[in-house]
Amino acid sequence: MYRYNDFDAAFLATRNAQFRQQVARRIDGSLTEDEFKPLRLMNGLYLQLHAYMLRVAIPYGTLGSTQMRQLAHVADKWDKGYGHFTTRQNIQYNWPKLPDIPDILDALAEVQLHAIQTSGNTIRNVTADHFAGAAADEVGDPRPVAELLRQWSTDHPEFQFLPRKFKFAVTGAEHDRAVIRAHDIGVQLVEKDGKRGYRVLVGGGLGRTPVIGKVIRDFLPEEDLLPYSEAIVSTYNVLGRRDNKYKARIKITVNENGLDTFRELTEARFAELKPLFTGVDQEMLDGIRAHFAPPAFRNAPTMEYDAAREADPVFRAWADTNLSDHKAPGYAIVSISLKKHGQTPGDATSEQMRVIADLAEQYGHDDIRISHEQNVILPHVHKSDLPALHAALKAADLATANIGLVSDIIACPGMDYCALATARSIPVAQQIATRFDELKLEHDIGPLKIKISGCINACGHHHVGHIGILGLDRAGVENYQITLGGDGSEEATIGQRVGPGFAYDEITGAIETILTTYLDLRESEDETFLEAYRRTGPGPFKAALYPEKEKANAA
Amino acid sequence: MPRPFTPKVVTANALLEGDVVYLTADDRWTRDLSEAELLTDEAHAELRLIDANARQHEVVGPYLADMAPGEAGPEPTHFREDFRRTGPSNYFHGKQAEA
Repeated sequence: MYRYNDFDAAFLATRNAQFRQQVARRIDGSLTEDEFKPLRLMNGLYLQLHAYMLRVAIPYGTLGSTQMRQLAHVADKWDKGYGHFTTRQNIQYNWPKLPDIPDILDALAEVQLHAIQTSGNTIRNVTADHFAGAAADEVGDPRPVAELLRQWSTDHPEFQFLPRKFKFAVTGAEHDRAVIRAHDIGVQLVEKDGKRGYRVLVGGGLGRTPVIGKVIRDFLPEEDLLPYSEAIVSTYNVLGRRDNKYKARIKITVNENGLDTFRELTEARFAELKPLFTGVDQEMLDGIRAHFAPPAFRNAPTMEYDAAREADPVFRAWADTNLSDHKAPGYAIVSISLKKHGQTPGDATSEQMRVIADLAEQYGHDDIRISHEQNVILPHVHKSDLPALHAALKAADLATANIGLVSDIIACPGMDYCALATARSIPVAQQIATRFDELKLEHDIGPLKIKISGCINACGHHHVGHIGILGLDRAGVENYQITLGGDGSEEATIGQRVGPGFAYDEITGAIETILTTYLDLRESEDETFLEAYRRTGPGPFKAALYPEKEKANAA
Repeated sequence: MPRPFTPKVVTANALLEGDVVYLTADDRWTRDLSEAELLTDEAHAELRLIDANARQHEVVGPYLADMAPGEAGPEPTHFREDFRRTGPSNYFHGKQAEA
């Protein structure tokens, strides 16, 4: 993983020293809140419903054990002993106090972490495929590119006051685990005629106007990534609307001007910028790549794994759901679920963070990932170590076998924490997970992605959930709209609203109705919910959810 | 006919701790909603908000929140204010744990 050089370390130290002074001036009254707010947001500090919230960037979701232990230390010393992992692969602390923030940032800097550009109208934390460098299906590791983009975008003088926030995602595989089509810019590593390059998508996004990203360049030569990215953001910076916050994202800019016009302007800007990039960026990329060299995989038998599968049904169930194919023989990618039934999606206690750090060190080449689905990944574990790993996870309450199933729900913090939320999302996720655990239907239902947002801004990605839930305030009461058929993969689709919303105490029952309908109508056990929905359309689900309306139509 | 004025309290978040506070009749910031001054006159409410906005060194983002008179002081009329005076529903944290 990337290690800071002297420049990075000095930059961060200076920035933290500046912010320490800014906090001091706010506390002694020399700065008003209006003056302080943009400064604190630039450094990841929000004010939420019950407290401040500090959002710490985990660049492209990659951490080492030292960093994870420091996150645990911060949780214990300055917060309430836990952290919340988010859909942007970040971690949020929900209870820090303003006077402590400078010390927290210094503690994070000790392990090369920061909270810069986790808020504000800037280029945000660059996300990537959480299986990067391990997935059997990737063309290349997307993290060096993500790191290059992070360095280029951090404190980029032209892009500190964009019309609105701006999000990059990078993947190295055709199968899209990074939701690149729902990002302002999505970058996919591709190969054409033996040459590496990038497919570049632009103008995707969720929020109140969900749009699937469009291909602006099908094959961009490797050396053009930064000048081309700069051309896109620069074009958007000039063209993007600043008169209306809700029309300020690049997806609206692209739609209002048309992709062709936007592309022409981008190409014109690219022609100006290209000569300014003399190749230094490519030298830097080579340097960065060295940090991401694959670990020394060992060639060993996997008897222990095969024996445990035979002997232990609990281990087998976990292995069946929580492991993914690794590119190296004898290895597996392990997903650690932060979705134990009834728990808050994405939360980990400081003790669990330490266990994960220890296990990564012992069995996982010291590599940890946070997924946008709010789970933790150990990307490189030899199969012979899996039984011991599983036992240790079980002892830490981290062995829930539910990855990709009904209880593996994405939920934004919602109105339990967020000042923007219009309804709660966490307790809805808790109730759905608990209900299906009681019904023992989870494995019968099979692959399913439920995603819950507590407001129209869609941090919970509800538009691309197979089942999406959107919490709204309807005349002073929480109300939940359901969308069906969304998909965040390479076949990205926006879910369609199925009908009127449901009350807080009805929503879990409505999800149960949808899923029992699915179990009744699927053609075989192999037909997933999404496939069945695509075959039948919303009709049968509407009929089950709104029987009275159906009766009125028939009459 | 103008709409009748809904009673309100002045509420904000404390500058240092970030937690929810309410303005009392004797110009203190309290953590306890029952101690808040219930404002039943619109003009008076506007003045109290101006007072609160002048106290930037103590609080962040003061605003007027709808309340109803109750036996033990103001009571929220909207679920958002109910959560603000209680804390999150997934953990026993925030005000509910401090009472």
